[in-house]
Amino acid sequence: MSSVTLKKVSKHYRLGSVDVPALSGIDLDIRPQRFTVLSGPSGSGKTTLLNLIGCIDRPDSGELLVAGENVLALGDNALSDFRARHIGFIFQNFNLIPVLNAFENIEYPLRLTGVAPAERKRRVDELLAAVGLADRARNLPGQLSGGQRQRVAIARALATNPALVMADEPTANLDSHTGAAILELMRNLQRERRMSFVFSSHDPNVLAMADDAVFIRDGHITGIEQRTPELAA
Amino acid sequence: MNAFSLALRNLLRNRRRSLTTLLAMIIGASAILLFGGYSRNIDLGLETGFVRGSGHLQLQHRDYFLYGTGNPAAYGIAGYSRIVTELQRDPVLAPMLNVVTPSLSIGGIAGNFNAGVSRTVFGSGVDVAGQNTLYQWNDYGFPGVGKTSPLTGSSADAAVIGTGVARVLQLCAPLQVKNCPAAQTSTQDAAQGTAAPDDIAALSAQEAGQGEPQSATRIELLAANAHGAPNVAGLNVIKAEAMGVKEYDDMAVLLHLEKAQQLIYGKEDPKVTAIVLQLKHTSQMPAARARLAELLTGPLQGFDLEVHDFATLNPQYGQITGMFAAILGFIAILIGGIVLFTVSNTMSMAVVERTVEIGTLRAMGLRRVGIRRLFVCEGLLLGALGAVLGALVALALAWLINHAGLTWLPPGNVEPVPLTVRVWGEPAMIIKTALGLMLVATLSAWWPARRAARLDIVDALRHV
Ligand SMILES: Nc1ncnc2c1ncn2[C@@H]1O[C@H](COP(=O)(O)OP(=O)(O)OP(=O)(O)O)[C@@H](O)[C@H]1O
Ligand SMILES: [Mg+2]
Repeated sequence: MSSVTLKKVSKHYRLGSVDVPALSGIDLDIRPQRFTVLSGPSGSGKTTLLNLIGCIDRPDSGELLVAGENVLALGDNALSDFRARHIGFIFQNFNLIPVLNAFENIEYPLRLTGVAPAERKRRVDELLAAVGLADRARNLPGQLSGGQRQRVAIARALATNPALVMADEPTANLDSHTGAAILELMRNLQRERRMSFVFSSHDPNVLAMADDAVFIRDGHITGIEQRTPELAA
Repeated sequence: MNAFSLALRNLLRNRRRSLTTLLAMIIGASAILLFGGYSRNIDLGLETGFVRGSGHLQLQHRDYFLYGTGNPAAYGIAGYSRIVTELQRDPVLAPMLNVVTPSLSIGGIAGNFNAGVSRTVFGSGVDVAGQNTLYQWNDYGFPGVGKTSPLTGSSADAAVIGTGVARVLQLCAPLQVKNCPAAQTSTQDAAQGTAAPDDIAALSAQEAGQGEPQSATRIELLAANAHGAPNVAGLNVIKAEAMGVKEYDDMAVLLHLEKAQQLIYGKEDPKVTAIVLQLKHTSQMPAARARLAELLTGPLQGFDLEVHDFATLNPQYGQITGMFAAILGFIAILIGGIVLFTVSNTMSMAVVERTVEIGTLRAMGLRRVGIRRLFVCEGLLLGALGAVLGALVALALAWLINHAGLTWLPPGNVEPVPLTVRVWGEPAMIIKTALGLMLVATLSAWWPARRAARLDIVDALRHV
């Protein structure tokens, strides 16, 4: 079973009276528990596609199944709840909540999904250790470096054990050294926790790490590479 | 980390802006409370004045209030002492009563025939002991209690007149009234009328007993008796007292009840025009009225009486308190409007600044209502902080004002009284103001919060 299925998905933006096609007729299966990278030049539609898969945007037409759910049929509240339970986000600019410290930022999605306090503490501590920030739990985002912030953001995205983790150019705002370390961390966490990661990136290093690569140009898929075999059911 | 601690942290994030907003609310809240405390003091001061003067409730003959002043004698209450006793003994009424005292109002003409001048006056015959008890009422702790009726301990024919009466009757000099200029136009008529007309003099002499020396402050009070015939009482004015309101000051003559009764009823059964009831507390008025209504249709049915409260007897009470309430309402609306715009401006700026954060929270699965709650909580918290700090500032300022030794002249008063604002001890006013401020602050956060909740997630995340 696919983690995400798109059928004939199209999306265009309106700029004044002009229609800007961003995606046209996308058919795509994203395999579960894989590290999938969306690759393509600037303006090709990577972010748009990621937003659709992450259920924060809706297509103009087509079908979209995420973790087996027909998400296009869900109302706003149901879709919000769906995201809280099944999807984690890692942003290019980290997007931590500035008034919450590292611990509280990671804890936030667990509060949203109603996890009990003791269990929350256990999971956050475990994640802080997994991203190597056990000693930074009480630091506010402003007191952390870019790399550290992105580690907190990764821990936050993984907190609810989501089926799907979305990341739009997560290393673009980091220097190449830190970026490589962050990539390494994400790749390991993805393997360990058997989650589906979907990335967008220009970065050849990211592409090199991918299980699956999806190539996009001008809103069309131009190629799909599956580099690892199907997992046994 | 609940909604409020999150809201507090976000408010602390932009301290300067939050402080400016808070300051506006503190100034607004304390302005409302200080003016409210000032007007509350006026209301209670007026109430105290009227309750001391004319009691809480008066029993009068039916229609006396509307028509009686034209002919008080016709509206007398006969057998009033039985009524007074009945009221004092009533098991329901008695515990509420401070005093029950009769009074008799007379319309007449007062003349100083030595000077050949006279004028129409409004006389009140009062029971001095009862009057003194009335004066002691001080349920709201105003300064300057312990005033007694100037008639206390005076002889039976003693009278107290308003300074206006003293002026017209040319009694300022013997009564040592200050600020009482003598008339400029020398009155030729007065020079001619050196003595009272023979008939009045005769009546007066008959009344006072022969051969008494005419004192410099003696006046004659001429009134129609119960049968419509003129009668005269010789009064010895012992004091001229300023009565506050000019119309009253120009007409007031206070005399002993017995003297007034002799004048109107002669040797007949004496009557009064009002039975004044003063309660221990104003809050007991409805209960007392209810009981009086029962008594008037029961044991006191034959007397044909009606009940009036001090607000009806003194219409200016309602006028003045109504005016202050209107001003206070106007100020409150004005300040509410300012707070509304200040808070909504602050919250709108916060929404714009935190657009990306809103997008992030929504992406992570926070529902729209959660975003709305976030900002509404901030507004509510701002309102609560503003209300609490505003109340504290108002209390401090009120204390300063009350201890600064300021005085002012309230309407209807003769002497300046200390300027007092009642904030402390008015919890209802403080709570109403605080709730109002919190409501306004919450409402003003509502629209920005709603806008924040309706942001498109992708647009919000793209916001720079
Ligand atoms: N909100 C928008 N309004 C109008 N046009 C948009 C909007 N968002 C994206 N587009 C257009 O849609 C197309 C796809 O944009 P998208 O952001 O998905 O590209 P991308 O592959 O993520 O590019 P990049 O690598 O630069 O991030 C582009 O032509 C872009 O100009
Ligand atoms: Mg992009």
